[in-house]
Amino acid sequence: MVSVDRPTRGYRVFQGVNGVILTLVVVVTLYPFVNIVARSFSGERQIRAGEVTLWPKGFNLTTYKIVFQDSMFWRNYGNTVFYTVVSTAVAMVLTTCYAYVLSKKQLKGRGILVGVAVFTMFFSGGLIPNYVLITSLGLKNSVWAIALPNAISVFNLLVMKAFFESLPSDLEEAAQIDGLSTYGILLRIVLPLSKAVVATMVLFYSVSFWNSWFSAFLYLDRSELMPVTVYLRNLISGATTGGNAGAADAQLSQVGANIQAVTMVLTSLPILGVYPFVQRYFVSGVMLGAVKG
Amino acid sequence: MSTSTTPAPPSGTQDPPPTGKAPRRTRPAARSGWRRALRRDWQLYSLAVLPLLFFLVFRYLPMIGNVIAFRRFEPGGSILGEEWVGLRYVRMFLTDPTFWQVFRNTLWLGGLTLLFCFPVPIVLALLLNEVRRRALKRFVQSVSYLPHFLSIVIVAGITLQMLATDGPVNHILSRLGHDPIRFIQEPEWFRTIYVGSEIWQTAGWGTILYLAALTTIDEDLYEAARIDGASRWRQIWHVTLPGIRPTMITLLILNIGTFMAVGFEKILLLYNPLTYPTADVISTYLYRTGVESNSFSYAAAIGLFEAVIGLVLITSANQLSRRSVGTSLW
Repeated sequence: MVSVDRPTRGYRVFQGVNGVILTLVVVVTLYPFVNIVARSFSGERQIRAGEVTLWPKGFNLTTYKIVFQDSMFWRNYGNTVFYTVVSTAVAMVLTTCYAYVLSKKQLKGRGILVGVAVFTMFFSGGLIPNYVLITSLGLKNSVWAIALPNAISVFNLLVMKAFFESLPSDLEEAAQIDGLSTYGILLRIVLPLSKAVVATMVLFYSVSFWNSWFSAFLYLDRSELMPVTVYLRNLISGATTGGNAGAADAQLSQVGANIQAVTMVLTSLPILGVYPFVQRYFVSGVMLGAVKG
Repeated sequence: MSTSTTPAPPSGTQDPPPTGKAPRRTRPAARSGWRRALRRDWQLYSLAVLPLLFFLVFRYLPMIGNVIAFRRFEPGGSILGEEWVGLRYVRMFLTDPTFWQVFRNTLWLGGLTLLFCFPVPIVLALLLNEVRRRALKRFVQSVSYLPHFLSIVIVAGITLQMLATDGPVNHILSRLGHDPIRFIQEPEWFRTIYVGSEIWQTAGWGTILYLAALTTIDEDLYEAARIDGASRWRQIWHVTLPGIRPTMITLLILNIGTFMAVGFEKILLLYNPLTYPTADVISTYLYRTGVESNSFSYAAAIGLFEAVIGLVLITSANQLSRRSVGTSLW
């Protein structure tokens, strides 16, 4: 592939330096994770003394027990699961329908339909009109305040559209001649051929809904409705404001550091669990979107 | 049959992406064309109804909702406000010293983000491209994508913990004989922290498109450059960089477009009243005035200002790059 003949001395030095830099990238990226996991198993005294680096010090499971006993944590965790499932389902139905329509090149008015979607990538109504709208639609404090306003991500829409466009059209034409309706073609011919892209989209949406916090923070008022990301956010912001004051609060915020670490680990656990398996879907999805996006 | 499906025209005057359609016909012909298209494809159009309703209600209605920037608004009243007040709210924010402070902060953070977060993925991709061991390359990639998949709340939480007065960073400093720094409370540290955590979170993921572009460069070009006696550096300069230039420019335009909307959620999670002097940006300021203090019209005026600047920036960046290098988004 690359020069089989003599790599120059300069290039060999470069390769060495490159290795060092990339190792550094890996260390800097991973260290915070490892440190947080180590903290979650460590004693609070050891954390405060800064003894915890890559390995738990003063190993104990007390913090996990404390968090597990907090019924609000479980409640919020369940909310996250529920919001993710509902929002992803709504998003998949709407995105699939529209992407399929947009993939029909001969459809009259297709340019306008694409434009309606793409324009919203560059200009949005902004926070305040959205807030006013959701409030006056009476969606506050319901799952719909989270699911509906984010139902179509234009990026995902374009990825799916690009995929549908790449499907061979003869199968659909044959099905049409056999008298299958458009709905039938979509459900029985196109979707079974699109398992890969559907899986990718489900992953895209569910990861982003799992991780989201701001819609919930904005539109939900009661703590028993919150997803776990907002639970975590409240722990963090409690700790930072507590840290402003004197020594008495420092202790309070440190207990928080312990619990924060556990909550972070538990919140990202599902994501980290599936990450090794789904990463390549994300990468290929991004590239598919980029080609046409 | 369902005939209520004539697609709604978008508000504003954007250019729809090129569709390669036949040139516009005369009016009567066009109308009968629509009728025929509806009769033939009504099932397809019907699939577009709900998505169009979504765009109309949750994307275009809020755009129209921005009129409350020029109208008096009462919570619980009409979402389009009660009566015209002209430019009262615009004048209000133009004479508001806090507004100018958050405006400056926005430019600072946006500029620094562009300056650092845009080139880092390019450099990282070039470095990864030089790795010959495939397994090693894949490992570094997998690790560097990881932060992208985490909730921003976790990214902020990790950042705050690493930088706490008794966190790992301060421990290294104290080993070096330095007094602990209250990173989270000192305004002068906020920009560094924000940009640093932004790089940590986005650099790896940002390499994907560049790495894809790098694989499309023709090996023959390198071969030819070598025959001409070009060193590795000259090969990078004359073959690699021109090869990924369209990707660079596209991403640069997109980055410029989001310049004003600097990481609102992350700042909201990272800042506190002590760091407002450097951390408070337009979007966080309008969030506090609007949602927390109920000055909806005032906040909407500021938000509209921000959105318009964003639109102008991306349009002019796009125009400029189309003229000068022939690459553009639309």
